Amino acid sequence: MSEQEEVALREGVDRETVRKVEGVGAPYRHGWETDIETDYAPKGLSEDIVRLISGKNDEPEWLTDWRLGAYRRWTELREPAWAMVDYPKIDYQNQYYYAKPKSFETRPKSLDDVDPKLLETYEKLGIPLREQEILAGVEGAEKAPAAGRPVAVDAVFDSVSVGTTFQKELREAGVIFCSMSEAVREHPELVKAYLGSVVPVTDNYFATLNSSVFTDGSFVYVPPGVRCPMELSTYFRINAKDTGQFERTLIIADKGSYVSYLEGCTAPQRDTAQLHAAVVELVALDDAEIKYSTVQNWYPGDENGNGGIYNFVTKRADCRGARSRVMWTQVETGSAVTWKYPSCILRGDESHGEFYSIAITNNRQQADTGTKMIHLGRNSRSRIVSKGISAGKAQNTYRGLVSMHPKASNCRNYTQCDSLLIGDKCGAHTVPYIEMRNSTSRVEHEATTSKVDEDQLFYCRQRGMDEEEAVALVVNGFCREVLQELPMEFAMEAQQLVAISLEGSVG
Amino acid sequence: MLTIRNLHAQLEDEKRSILEGVDLEVSAGEVHAIMGPNGSGKSTLSYVLAGREGYEVLDGVVLLDGENLLEMEPEERAAAGLFLAFQYPVEIAGVGNMTFLRTALNAQRKARGEEPVSAADFLRLARERAKHLGIGPDLLRRPVNYGFSGGEKKRNEILQMAVLQPRMCILDETDSGLDVDAMRQVSEGVNNLRNPDRAIVLITHYQRLLDHIKPDYVHIMAKGRIVETGGPELALKVETEGYGTMTGATG
Repeated sequence: MSEQEEVALREGVDRETVRKVEGVGAPYRHGWETDIETDYAPKGLSEDIVRLISGKNDEPEWLTDWRLGAYRRWTELREPAWAMVDYPKIDYQNQYYYAKPKSFETRPKSLDDVDPKLLETYEKLGIPLREQEILAGVEGAEKAPAAGRPVAVDAVFDSVSVGTTFQKELREAGVIFCSMSEAVREHPELVKAYLGSVVPVTDNYFATLNSSVFTDGSFVYVPPGVRCPMELSTYFRINAKDTGQFERTLIIADKGSYVSYLEGCTAPQRDTAQLHAAVVELVALDDAEIKYSTVQNWYPGDENGNGGIYNFVTKRADCRGARSRVMWTQVETGSAVTWKYPSCILRGDESHGEFYSIAITNNRQQADTGTKMIHLGRNSRSRIVSKGISAGKAQNTYRGLVSMHPKASNCRNYTQCDSLLIGDKCGAHTVPYIEMRNSTSRVEHEATTSKVDEDQLFYCRQRGMDEEEAVALVVNGFCREVLQELPMEFAMEAQQLVAISLEGSVG
Repeated sequence: MLTIRNLHAQLEDEKRSILEGVDLEVSAGEVHAIMGPNGSGKSTLSYVLAGREGYEVLDGVVLLDGENLLEMEPEERAAAGLFLAFQYPVEIAGVGNMTFLRTALNAQRKARGEEPVSAADFLRLARERAKHLGIGPDLLRRPVNYGFSGGEKKRNEILQMAVLQPRMCILDETDSGLDVDAMRQVSEGVNNLRNPDRAIVLITHYQRLLDHIKPDYVHIMAKGRIVETGGPELALKVETEGYGTMTGATG
């Protein structure tokens, strides 16, 4: 890439950022809802509901039993209370666990059969723009250059996958990318072998809840030696009211394969909180590599803390094979409450886990997020870079575990946690746990906390930027190390989000 | 172009008066030097003009092309053509020098109702201006002032000035911390920017900068006021006699 292009691209991002900041009237852009006829299961949770969800998906008996086992276990568990988050008690019997657009009574054969209103919804979201053109079936859209390379998208609307793009190209490469419900029908052997193998049914309260009621999600299998020819992406949208979203994602990278995957999330603006309890499982076999990026922009609630998404998510990767690599990158700007620790079990010798995180909390948002790096294999490596930004009256906690097991000799971890405070009513907290159970491994931990520097803001303003532009620029600079780990297409979106989510945090 | 009349200002927190009736008239095409001992209020004057928080204007008038400067936000002053070259330019980690400068340029252009400059045009402009100042491509790519030497920071300020093309430039001790070569480059950079539409105010302790950039007027500041005004010969008088007699004259 020539120098000029490089600068042009970066410059373009900044112009976009500024345009977004200025062009956005309401603090949350995706707060509208789509008026679409929806088919709900009755409110509340019981064995009957679990059976009903399983039945709606035409699932085999083993999966119904698996769900029921999870449900029974869940009734014996207690909601965890150790995180540094505070929210009203959730009434699990007062919400819907299944919502499906009515037009899906019979499953669409192709995207042409999809309700135009649904496609409009994705068009309105505009993120990622080009994919929804393809989703909407715009002629020639698939051939148009999408910032260099195409991205295949699986769109999940409330409980159901709307459609997956680029099926043909992926099939030619041997890559399976489909909704979870489709995978259960078409590839039961793979689902059965790997589902719950990273996050067991009994893992934790929210994961167990998910196991019993998950409705859809994305499934990826990359065969041995295959480098997935394009970025894969799932776009999640919660639309229906009083509805939890419980998607389940399973990605398997077979020996020597590579895949890069991104998820994006939004939800309408409502004054009642909504629950999102997802589970993501990644399996990397020998020499395989998975990059998993998240841009999370669920509705954060209003400035007084009403409404918003409770984002209680379990994400875990099993670096099962030797020399396998997993990289988590997350940009968490939305949700009223975030409880999320994308982790790596570094089981394979010389396996590699990385975690890059930006968590931005504004107004009354609360985030308790971080990672766990569990070193089981010899010579395994992990790297953690966390950037927490807190504004308004928000609380932002990094919570992380680095564990070196007795047999995991010669392992290394490097952790860097930086917190940035904007204003004087917010909080930043760092809670690292380190377990060293052998003498040959090494752990490094660095942490900083700083405030947005008035001198920097004045410098920017003296050169002509207004205060919000200045804050967006400085914060984007603070996050640079993480932003540059995102795929290019999403780095731009993320930069814009950084700017938007900090609106109103100064002045 | 710039009119300052009876400007009184104090530090907001300490309620300590620093400017006690500054009067200054700067016309287009002129170069003025403001000299004075430490604590005379020179830097405070530059901050008050640029609109930095923490200073309270108690009295007086500041007009830029007839507009009331004191009522404008800092970024509005910048868009109106006021530029401050900082004594201590700020480092901004993670933000590319060119990204910063182009964001600033386009913000100013937008405020003035002008079209944004394209990436290609901007890059051409920035590179050309940088070359004159002995600034290599490496410095353009690095984060703003991050890890720059003292001389590099000062040259970067002049680069920003050369790209933003402000009409009213205030240079706050741009000569401090410069070696001979850097001093020459910076001075050349400033001299290249002299033109009939632009005014420059140099704030400095020392006469040596004025060997390189010839001022039309020299002002001596002491205890928050301008106590003496003259031509370049006044700076030479300071060099030989010190500030003692002049500041003493005001009691």
